[in-house]
Amino acid sequence: MNWLDICDLEEINVLGSRIVSGPKGDIALFRTSADEVFALDDRCPHKGGPLSQGIIYGKRVACPLHNWQIELESGKAVAPDQGCAHRHPTKVENGRVLLALAPHN
Amino acid sequence: MQKLKLVMIGNGMAGVRTLEELIKLAPDLYDITVFGAEPHPNYNRILLSPVLAGEQTFEEIVLNDLNWYADNGIKLLLGRKVVKIDRKARVVVADDGSQAEYDRLLIATGSNPFILPIPGKDLQGVIGYRDIADTQMMMATAKTHKHAVVIGGGLLGLEAANGLKLRGMDVTVVHIGDWLLERQLDVTAGRLLQQSLEDRGLKFLLPKHTAELLDNGEGRVCAVKFKDGEVIPADLVVMAAGIRPNSDLAEQAGIACNRGILVNDTLQTFDPRVYAIGECASHRGIAYGLVAPLFEQAKVCANHLAQLGFARYQGSVTSTKLKVTGIDLFSAGEFMGGEGTETITLSDPIGGVYKKLVIKDDVLVGACLYGDTADGGWYFRQIRENYNVSEIRDHLMFGENAIGDTGHQGQSKAMSMPDDMEVCGCNGVCKGTIVKAIQEHGLFSVDEVKKQTKAASSCGSCAGLVEQILINTVGGAADVKPKSEKAICGCSDLNHGQIRKAIRDEHLTSIPAAMAFLNWSTPNGCATCRPALNYYLISTWPGEAKDDPQSRFINERAHANIQKDGTYSVIPRMWGGVTNASELRRIADVADKYNVPMVKVTGGQRIDLLGIKKDDLPGVWKDLDMPSGHAYGKSIRTVKTCVGSEFCRFGTQNSTQMGIDLEHALFNMWSPHKVKLAVSGCPRNCAESGIKDVGIIGVDSGWELYIGGNGGIKTEAGEFFVKLKTAEEVMEYSLAFLQLYREEAFYLERTVHYLQRVGMEHIKQGVLEDAERRKALHERLLFSLSFEQDPWKEQLAKPQLKKEFDRIALQQLEAHA
Repeated sequence: MNWLDICDLEEINVLGSRIVSGPKGDIALFRTSADEVFALDDRCPHKGGPLSQGIIYGKRVACPLHNWQIELESGKAVAPDQGCAHRHPTKVENGRVLLALAPHN
Repeated sequence: MQKLKLVMIGNGMAGVRTLEELIKLAPDLYDITVFGAEPHPNYNRILLSPVLAGEQTFEEIVLNDLNWYADNGIKLLLGRKVVKIDRKARVVVADDGSQAEYDRLLIATGSNPFILPIPGKDLQGVIGYRDIADTQMMMATAKTHKHAVVIGGGLLGLEAANGLKLRGMDVTVVHIGDWLLERQLDVTAGRLLQQSLEDRGLKFLLPKHTAELLDNGEGRVCAVKFKDGEVIPADLVVMAAGIRPNSDLAEQAGIACNRGILVNDTLQTFDPRVYAIGECASHRGIAYGLVAPLFEQAKVCANHLAQLGFARYQGSVTSTKLKVTGIDLFSAGEFMGGEGTETITLSDPIGGVYKKLVIKDDVLVGACLYGDTADGGWYFRQIRENYNVSEIRDHLMFGENAIGDTGHQGQSKAMSMPDDMEVCGCNGVCKGTIVKAIQEHGLFSVDEVKKQTKAASSCGSCAGLVEQILINTVGGAADVKPKSEKAICGCSDLNHGQIRKAIRDEHLTSIPAAMAFLNWSTPNGCATCRPALNYYLISTWPGEAKDDPQSRFINERAHANIQKDGTYSVIPRMWGGVTNASELRRIADVADKYNVPMVKVTGGQRIDLLGIKKDDLPGVWKDLDMPSGHAYGKSIRTVKTCVGSEFCRFGTQNSTQMGIDLEHALFNMWSPHKVKLAVSGCPRNCAESGIKDVGIIGVDSGWELYIGGNGGIKTEAGEFFVKLKTAEEVMEYSLAFLQLYREEAFYLERTVHYLQRVGMEHIKQGVLEDAERRKALHERLLFSLSFEQDPWKEQLAKPQLKKEFDRIALQQLEAHA
């Protein structure tokens, strides 16, 4: 996997996010309270809202436009809503956040 | 840690709801075993009548399928009736010999139909009406036999009679009372109901005493004989003459019973390890037979089982609704009247409408509606919340519409709406979709409907209508709690009032501390509770509690208003709606420099720049060099003014200056919801002070203050608050009222709803009657505001806060890698 070095973990607020300009649109990086980092395309499966701007809690984010709840690990919307945001693999090594771009099918 | 063992006897709605609540609170505390006498998983017993009437199938009314039990690790033993509880050995024994040990036992055995002790009661074709087996038996009999007799003219009896009639039987209802539903209706409404059921072909005999059921010679019933000697043919007799709590098992085990298993306010029986809930339990002398109280009990019982122990059950006010399609009937509270009560009646026997309201000490205590039940939910709310109705008494009979609270599109007749009519205009949800979701998913509260259908989940203006549809669909089972009693969200069982109190009493100053102290069930809350907690903390402990940007909605983090395409709108502050050439020039320059797609004048007398990219926000703020307008926050928005006595030939006061001064004084104020003010210079009221949170109208002799107005979803005229002489007084009183609101309102509660909840009297006591208290409130607001500064300037001054606005470019990094 082609890991890209993005930023220091400390450059993302706890329960906060940053936007990475990806080749196919913005990618949202989320940091949970347990210092895990997840990456999703910054588009809600509902109406394309910027997930990076939502409130993060547990391992979920609430879309700022219409409050859909999205699972950070899978990108899936929490029932009864249905849909999925495209996810990208991430890892944190030596305090650096690494991202791999997962191709869209 | 070894798990405790919880055994539940009975697999009905009350019991399973308790388990659902318990699993939410303490998923890993117990190994749970459930004994169910019926061979089915938990189904919605209140929908048996629609099944009998052919409007729904059994599969549609199942609430928890077998997978639910498996997913939650619950051991489910179906078709097994528990025959013994051994409290010494702490074990229960079922009729097939299977046993289960328990640390905690939950008895949820429900009730049995009361079978009249008359000759012939054991004949074939004589049944009670209690479960799906009874329902199926009735459906089968309707195919082969003709004559049905239902004994009992209560809710269940009438629903059974209606269903059997629809299935083609010739049905007679026999009732011992003088009129139908004598526990739910008064005599006038009872007669109206009888008339309309007779029009549908049902026959009634009342008052009538059943003496005996006659044998056809082959062990099957063939006729009913009455005490007066009359005999009518009957191939099927349904006993619906009441229910008896099923407490035999508990009684044999030596647990105190008296028309039900006696329980305390935590639903514990005489033996504290043993809980009882639902129709088998008797709480303060009442065994409830309706679903809503049982769900309230379930919450409390689960709370105690989860070892939290702060919830108490203190009885319920109930309402009923007959589930016979096409018949509108609603009653709640003490609708019979009696000593010390006053009654208002509307009676139109030809039109088939009858309404009766019972008032005691200026509070609505009961309602009985027939023919037009659209306002049932609203009356029920008045009853539950003990609202003082003296001021709306002359309009009360005409319902919510008549007090200026028109609701969504003025539409409030949930019953008469066709299925394809839109209820929620924000999300395009029709009535039929909502009804279907309620039935298929077994929904009981507006919140559940919101989640499932999205109706009422955006602006909320149709929430009242959704509530009516809910009440019309599931009747008394609807969970229509006011916000003051509802839990804040799924993360906690506490309501807003309890949380505010704990934060104050326990001096909690951070979200983690509050969540730890209040036993939050999630590690960092959710998007509903975190913003509320953050507001409660900073408003209760200004200067001590640290604001948490991550617990704010994006608008309050970005200090701009997010739009549908992810861009933002920027509204700089114009004090009192007054601007000048140099500000306008800067705004024009910003519009050019950042290619702003739309520049628009707002309703709050300022200018909106729409379509700004998030990355550009700091630059826009810097170039504007104007303060934040807070047009995005639960905060002070604007003070709208007219030109007043400086220019206007009618003006009596300098309203513009008053507005500017107020806006300066309130700058940076966070509040439970948005706050808008207006100042008009004369009673022509050009600044529209009548629909603002605080509206001020200048008159020749001084100023009039109005509070609780609202021009949004529901237009609400502000209520007159006080008349004052000087501008200094206007300042002090306005700020004192707003501080009281900031300290007492629930998050997302506008002043109008706060006013309705606490009452004008309470606010007058706090602000008008005690000068010391008013000054203290005023001081506290000033103290609170002393810690705040213009958020735009703050963001520009502290580079670490800017990080959120900078995006990370990927191409550059790829080159590094």
